[in-house]
Amino acid sequence: MKNPSLPVNEIPMSRGAADALARAGFSRRTFIKGTGALIVSFSMGGVLGKLAAQQARGGAFGENAAADSPPAGEVDSWLAIGSDGTVTAYTGKEELGQGMSTAQTQLVAEELCVPFHRVNLIVADTSITPDQGVTSGSQSHPANFNHNNLAGACATAREALLQLGSKRLNIPADQLIAVDGEIRSKSDASKKVDYAELVAGKKFDLKVDTSAKRKPASEWTVLGKPIGRPDMPAMATGTFEYAHNVRVPGMLHGMVIRPSAVGANLMNVDESSVSGMPGFVKVVVKKNFVGVVAEKTWQAVQIARALNVTWSPGPELPKQETFYDYLRNQKPTRDTLLVNSNDVDQKLSEAASVVKATYHHPYQMHGSVGSSCAVADVQGDKATVWSPTQGVWHQRATLAMLLGLKPENVHVIFRRGSGCYGINGADTVTYDAALLSQAAGKPVRVQLTRKDEMAWENYGFAFTIDERAGLDAKGNIIAWDHEGWSPVLGNRPVYSYPGNVITGFLAGFQPEEFRPRSPAPEPATFSNNSNAICSYMVGHVAGADHGAGTIKSERALLHNVVSPFWTGPLRSPQRLQNTFAHESFMDELATRAKVDPVEFRLRHLSEQRMVDVVKAAAKAANWDSRTSPKPRATSASGIASGRGISCVAYEGDNGFSAMVAEVEVELATGKLTVKRLVVSIDAGPISNPDGLRNQSEGGALQGMSRALGEEVTWDDHNVTSIDWRTYHSLPLGFAVPKVEVVLLNRPDMPATGAGETAITVVAGAIGNAIFDATGARIRQVPFTAERIKAALAG
Amino acid sequence: MSLISLKVNGQTHSLDVDPTTPLLYVLSDDLGLRGPKFGCGLGQCGSCTVLVKGQAVRSCITAVESVQGVEIITLEGLGTADKPHPIQKAFMEEQAAQCGYCLNGVILTAKAFLDKNPKATEKEIEDGMSRVLCRCFTHTRMLRAIGRAKQEMAR
Repeated sequence: MKNPSLPVNEIPMSRGAADALARAGFSRRTFIKGTGALIVSFSMGGVLGKLAAQQARGGAFGENAAADSPPAGEVDSWLAIGSDGTVTAYTGKEELGQGMSTAQTQLVAEELCVPFHRVNLIVADTSITPDQGVTSGSQSHPANFNHNNLAGACATAREALLQLGSKRLNIPADQLIAVDGEIRSKSDASKKVDYAELVAGKKFDLKVDTSAKRKPASEWTVLGKPIGRPDMPAMATGTFEYAHNVRVPGMLHGMVIRPSAVGANLMNVDESSVSGMPGFVKVVVKKNFVGVVAEKTWQAVQIARALNVTWSPGPELPKQETFYDYLRNQKPTRDTLLVNSNDVDQKLSEAASVVKATYHHPYQMHGSVGSSCAVADVQGDKATVWSPTQGVWHQRATLAMLLGLKPENVHVIFRRGSGCYGINGADTVTYDAALLSQAAGKPVRVQLTRKDEMAWENYGFAFTIDERAGLDAKGNIIAWDHEGWSPVLGNRPVYSYPGNVITGFLAGFQPEEFRPRSPAPEPATFSNNSNAICSYMVGHVAGADHGAGTIKSERALLHNVVSPFWTGPLRSPQRLQNTFAHESFMDELATRAKVDPVEFRLRHLSEQRMVDVVKAAAKAANWDSRTSPKPRATSASGIASGRGISCVAYEGDNGFSAMVAEVEVELATGKLTVKRLVVSIDAGPISNPDGLRNQSEGGALQGMSRALGEEVTWDDHNVTSIDWRTYHSLPLGFAVPKVEVVLLNRPDMPATGAGETAITVVAGAIGNAIFDATGARIRQVPFTAERIKAALAG
Repeated sequence: MSLISLKVNGQTHSLDVDPTTPLLYVLSDDLGLRGPKFGCGLGQCGSCTVLVKGQAVRSCITAVESVQGVEIITLEGLGTADKPHPIQKAFMEEQAAQCGYCLNGVILTAKAFLDKNPKATEKEIEDGMSRVLCRCFTHTRMLRAIGRAKQEMAR
């Protein structure tokens, strides 16, 4: 029953890749270096033409892609057609549980006109897949489904195959079609040639033509269909290989010992306290990094518990009770102006009424259900790691720094971990395993304890946000001012900061430097990556309006300060926190203007796609059009019910979503029950409607868990959210609301992100529904019963 | 170390392990099983669940010596991709997973629950699953899949 494993140092690529290539009849290494290339004699129009807009977002291709990565502009970096007609596709965009492998397989099958099952997708392996940075931030669809990269390569390859077929069949290309892995005459199906014969094991040797004709959505037969995930049977029957299941011969087991307090330094390690224990192999110390290696997992656990380690006391942490005040008074700051019409104060002074409110959002954690795990084999000057990292090329570069190796000698193979939702412990545990393996000279597997996962991860950003707006006499918003404070420390390690996560820092690397800057320079280019610019502003920067709204007098200002804890992207980073504030505040304004919240939003939106998602959610929810709060009927049950709406133009233009929440509040206790969530989403052309529904349903409920209960807590020296009793995630059996997803398909639009859109609007929708039900406004996440009860009393 | 006899998925194994070792580590390290997974090591999340004499047991806090000789079923022992158990089949049909890491605990907890409560209502199923975590929040699909399996198993 042992898992089959190959000798570590003899694996030139991931097992799946090797198998696929062996089936296809050639080796990737030979293939990349080989000279046999197809001669395709047609002019390549518009090569490398429209890259700029897609790449500007940063997700299209790693901004500083490794020099030895397969180049993004080459078809061969993305595709190979085997002698058996199998298509092997290579992608840097990973399957993290969001269905991206299924959607990308559909894309390749569709554009190349081959059956779904004939496509073998190879995901994130530094020996063979292009460097696409990280899989994050709802960037995989924009990166690989528009004109560049994977989609562009497929379209270019199809056109090339048509040209080759034309030559072979002696029929003009416009009289041919590509179907089922063959080029056929449109008028005589007997005249045909299959891809394998045309390609004959050769390379395409073509540049990705970003103007290559894409298949219109009206002709799709594979994309746009609710194809089930190929990994589903293995997951449901316990045979799927996660990073946690990787076993290599001679593998040892490691555990790490984290500091006794935030900021504590290592004073002493007494190896004699454990050296006689069963299975003991080694104690490993590197600056403040401490770990142990043993023959078996349970031995490593016991040794780690028994090891006598002395730490210096850490500095006193800021008090949690007053943390939001601490944030806004912290110096120095790094200030960023996202938009500034320079007339906000003046317009506010002219307003018929001015509304102000302050909102707080806590640190929250990724809290993967399985603590992070990796396997590393470092021998001499070479390293191989099996890692759930979101960016294999980033991991390669920073792991090389950590181990003192050349990047080209580090091989990073992605293996799916437990769902991460951003930077969980995946990168840090890969460093842990590699440091221990380097010291032990043998392969080492590390899976973090629950506490080590939770107490030291890069938390989602805390925020405190001031919103101010002015209304004219007719109740229209004439000016809006947004000012936020948020703490940062570390981040993704990207290509050069191993110290951006805990293990790299403990081993002696500094996090990316905090560069104070105040006052902020005027914005020169438009970016709404953080959604600090609310949907109702015109977003006027560099001479043009880029926003989704109508408010001309606008300012959005962010102050970053140094965080006492590690921070990093957590599903919808900044966007979720800012949107909670914007959408709660929009509701407060609607109440002041005495206008129905849906009507009030529509009145201030200019972007039609926003108008459409708001109307779609309202219609599906059978929106009860009236002002909020709802006149409270005396109820013998003591339960008040209400509805709320919220919406977002995710990152300004990378997906659109609205949500209607229906809630009940027990007035005596503040107990909240969410009865129904109706979410509409427009993510451009839909690759897989069931996948998009699954993401949106999950986003809705994860957003609800974050809104209702999730908050990282700490005492004077340590994080105290260290398990599922001290960090509150809604379990499977809570009163799950009805979740309804309304998909708006936009086959004529570019593909946008989809994984982080729905979650962004949840806290706003629920908070607004609580207000509608009770007249009490909750301006702080999480919406605990105590907080609601206090607001009801206030 | 001492010799421990374990009966897993119909096969008997004789293993030389520390008898205090949590069952999870023996299943995943010594027997190479992929179904049961380490989630928290505290019995709080359910990822490590196995069936011991038909009961859902958290293998991360169960010493291997306490389950010697009794019948242990893991997710891979419940059914296969070709011949899935009705609950596994329902999860496939409902596409009730995202990352899938928690599926082991969800499916086995549901199995033990439905075996005992074949006529459970939706609310009772929710209560029965209340100690299992899914951080992708695939809750609606999972509960639907369990409901579907209940119907199938009642036939």
